Amino acid sequence: MAQPSEYLLELTGMRKAFPGVLATDNVDLKIRPGEVHALLGENGAGKSTLVKMIYGILKPDAGEIKFNGKAVNIKAPAHARELGIAMVFQHFSLFDSLTVVENISLGMDHASSMRELAEQITEVSQRYGLPLDPDRHVYTLSVGERQRIEIIRCLLQEPKLLIMDEPTSVLTPQEVEKLFVTLRRLGEEGLAILYISHKLDEIKALCHDATILRLGKKVATVSVDKESTGSLAAMMMGEEMQAFQHPEKPILGDIRLKAKNLNMVAKDPLGISLKDINLLVHSGEVVGIAGVAGNGQDELLTALNGEHLTESGSIIIEGEQVGHLGPNKRRLMGMASVPEKRLGHGAMPDMNLIDNAFLTSYERLDFINHGFIDYGKTEQYANKVIKDFSVKTPNAEVPAASLSGGNLQKFIMGREFDQNPNILIVSQPTWGVDAGAAQTIREAIRKMASKGAAVLVISQDLDELMEISDRMGAICGGVLSSFYPIEEITVEKMGLLMAGVSLDDSVTDDVRDNANNDITNKSNQNAT
Amino acid sequence: MLPRLIKRQAPSKAMVFLSPILALLLTLLASVVLFLIMGVSPSAALHAFFVEPISSIYGLTELMVKATPLILIGVALSLGFRAGVWNIGAEGQLILGGIFGGSTALFFYEKTGFYIIPLILIMGIIGGMLWAGIVAFLKTRFNANEILTSLMLSYVAALLLNLLIHGPLKDPDGFNFPESRLFSDSALLPILYDGTRLHLGAVIALFFVGIGWILLSRTLLGYQIKVMGDAPAAGEHAGFSHSKIIWTTLLISGGAAGLAGAIEVSGPIGQLLPNISPGYGFAAIIVAYVGRLHPLGVLFAALLLALSYLGGETAQMKLNLPVAVTGVFQGLLLFFLLACDVLIQYKIRTSKKSESTFAPAVKSSIKSTSEVK
Repeated sequence: MAQPSEYLLELTGMRKAFPGVLATDNVDLKIRPGEVHALLGENGAGKSTLVKMIYGILKPDAGEIKFNGKAVNIKAPAHARELGIAMVFQHFSLFDSLTVVENISLGMDHASSMRELAEQITEVSQRYGLPLDPDRHVYTLSVGERQRIEIIRCLLQEPKLLIMDEPTSVLTPQEVEKLFVTLRRLGEEGLAILYISHKLDEIKALCHDATILRLGKKVATVSVDKESTGSLAAMMMGEEMQAFQHPEKPILGDIRLKAKNLNMVAKDPLGISLKDINLLVHSGEVVGIAGVAGNGQDELLTALNGEHLTESGSIIIEGEQVGHLGPNKRRLMGMASVPEKRLGHGAMPDMNLIDNAFLTSYERLDFINHGFIDYGKTEQYANKVIKDFSVKTPNAEVPAASLSGGNLQKFIMGREFDQNPNILIVSQPTWGVDAGAAQTIREAIRKMASKGAAVLVISQDLDELMEISDRMGAICGGVLSSFYPIEEITVEKMGLLMAGVSLDDSVTDDVRDNANNDITNKSNQNAT
Repeated sequence: MLPRLIKRQAPSKAMVFLSPILALLLTLLASVVLFLIMGVSPSAALHAFFVEPISSIYGLTELMVKATPLILIGVALSLGFRAGVWNIGAEGQLILGGIFGGSTALFFYEKTGFYIIPLILIMGIIGGMLWAGIVAFLKTRFNANEILTSLMLSYVAALLLNLLIHGPLKDPDGFNFPESRLFSDSALLPILYDGTRLHLGAVIALFFVGIGWILLSRTLLGYQIKVMGDAPAAGEHAGFSHSKIIWTTLLISGGAAGLAGAIEVSGPIGQLLPNISPGYGFAAIIVAYVGRLHPLGVLFAALLLALSYLGGETAQMKLNLPVAVTGVFQGLLLFFLLACDVLIQYKIRTSKKSESTFAPAVKSSIKSTSEVK
């Protein structure tokens, strides 16, 4: 039955495996002309792999791509563009020192004169409300304007399908609004748009249908209007949350760590700036911060542990302002931290475990004797850590890089835990760690809290956070949500928080939280 | 089938030590080919190059005289290279040390005093530190690449020395030759062994090997240097200041090069000349790498490179070979060393089966060369 298809793009059974991972498995996707279709999923769900196959960057292992009803084998991005598929990447490929028109002419498959091109750019930019001066140099433009260059570059090729990979991650809310107006108009003119995102409110605002991926598999294709952000979040994260054994209500002590209106501007233009972070961790509790990768977790950790300095009053340890103090001063006050990246941040890959044990412990444990490093004592400490946390290694003299991920993580955790810190900040404690080691690490974290430490855990693993936290919140785009007691938390709620949607009943919690703080503060003052 | 490079499970410790020896053998082999092309008997040439210079007591003391600046600078550069601070301009820092030390010597012309020699050496250190301090400032303030700034400042230093020698420091009775006065005896380093040129600087250099070794292996500063070289982010996690390490390593290497310069002018040379160094500052880079960035290794590597200077002179006198042979030898040695260092991370396989490890092998061999720069 050779009937013209109503779909512009039809994917069936798309599959792509990388060594050790099945990135996408048997994924189907259909897009009609003029439809804004969302591709929704957490990091690592297979969204990028799927669109890279559509755009000819990756070759699928199995599956069929039909474009305009005809089966096609897309060999390269140039081939995709010829068919009428255009893509705007998350990271732009522009030359800062060239003008807008020069940049666009470099990306065109068919050359035309600069003047003609400049006229075309002006015309397209006016028609779609994307104001852009073709003669400006790229380095003078804002991030939003740079994105317009990429979009116009695509539109000039008169595509039938436009793929946008997390286009709003670099935009301000106002720029997002403008972009949506443009995208809606493009949709009305018959252009199909495949919109990749994990931000639920954007998808609600913009898209017609959504295909949800989870762990490389298609969960469902739904009509966005018929779903709530909550149900979308549940599909994205998976509903098969097992009932977890949660520890008893902790006995809360004093506030040990506090962040107050913490702001930190990202150094790197693609980094995330922290905005007005407020946070409290009491002695005896584990506070969890969820979030999709790259939403400011690293920045938050380095601001709290002193690797990046901030205003002195924005971070308070045991009542003392420490925002201006470096990591060692904070360590001496009882803070310990474990960064997300093990090799290169938490440990030196080519140096042995004795040297690695020394890195963060030498001041608290006095490993310097008359100006010389006491390697004897350091080695004893390294061996104690290896024994306490059953790190599998022939001896302490092997380089850190030779340990497996889980063993190295146990060693780094142990290095901090065996110093008996009062405040412990851990990022991604069990990422890439085998199940056994992960269990050891989680138990150790709970034990730290029950011994009276204030523990903050930053993790992308929601199951893990719900297992070990007493209170939870989420970070999104450098903004920290309110925190909720674990009894009030559901996966749906967490999904909303991770997408930057604030919960309506959050006000009451906030007030309660603040009231608690006031009480504790007052009791502290009375005590002194 | 072509031999392939396969990544080792762990870096080979044996190859760390074998690589310089393998490189030396390959260099000798290449030199033999070179001598054959030049129409010289390889055995005569090798004898003149490597045996004759050290077959007398005087020859051995001369070896130490040449090795002294190489040891001083080589040890100091090793510290910087360990931290990932690439000071390529030790030659310029040496010249500044020569200018500062030499000017001090000339200031005390025909005066006596026990304080003169220590003052010359201290001024030399200050001169070298100033020159390296410019590099550190540009690096920490403007993130200017230290490889470029330190190298370019070397040429500025050489021109500055020339300017001074043609002007204010020129010997008034020197028939307008571009040379300073000969320093008076009170400004010359004491000779350790009569009838030779072996001077106090040799003792200072050996002492410096010991200091460098202890600093690197036992002190917090040495530890910080190693951490910054291996994983800068881990250093920041521990609270070490990157710019402090940049300043410290540059000031140490600048100071050591300046000291070497002052020792050269108040030791074997005894005056300021337009050329006070046959490229010691550059040769010390090779010394540092052949010595595996370890002070003790640097000591042996410095003796080897010193021999190449002496051998070049002997070969010139005995066999009419151009003196450039020394430079060719040093260049070949570094070239082969960098090539052999690949074997620390990789092993060679000549299997017929085409393995897919080739691409990563190429990628990381690029990485390992960029590491050694």
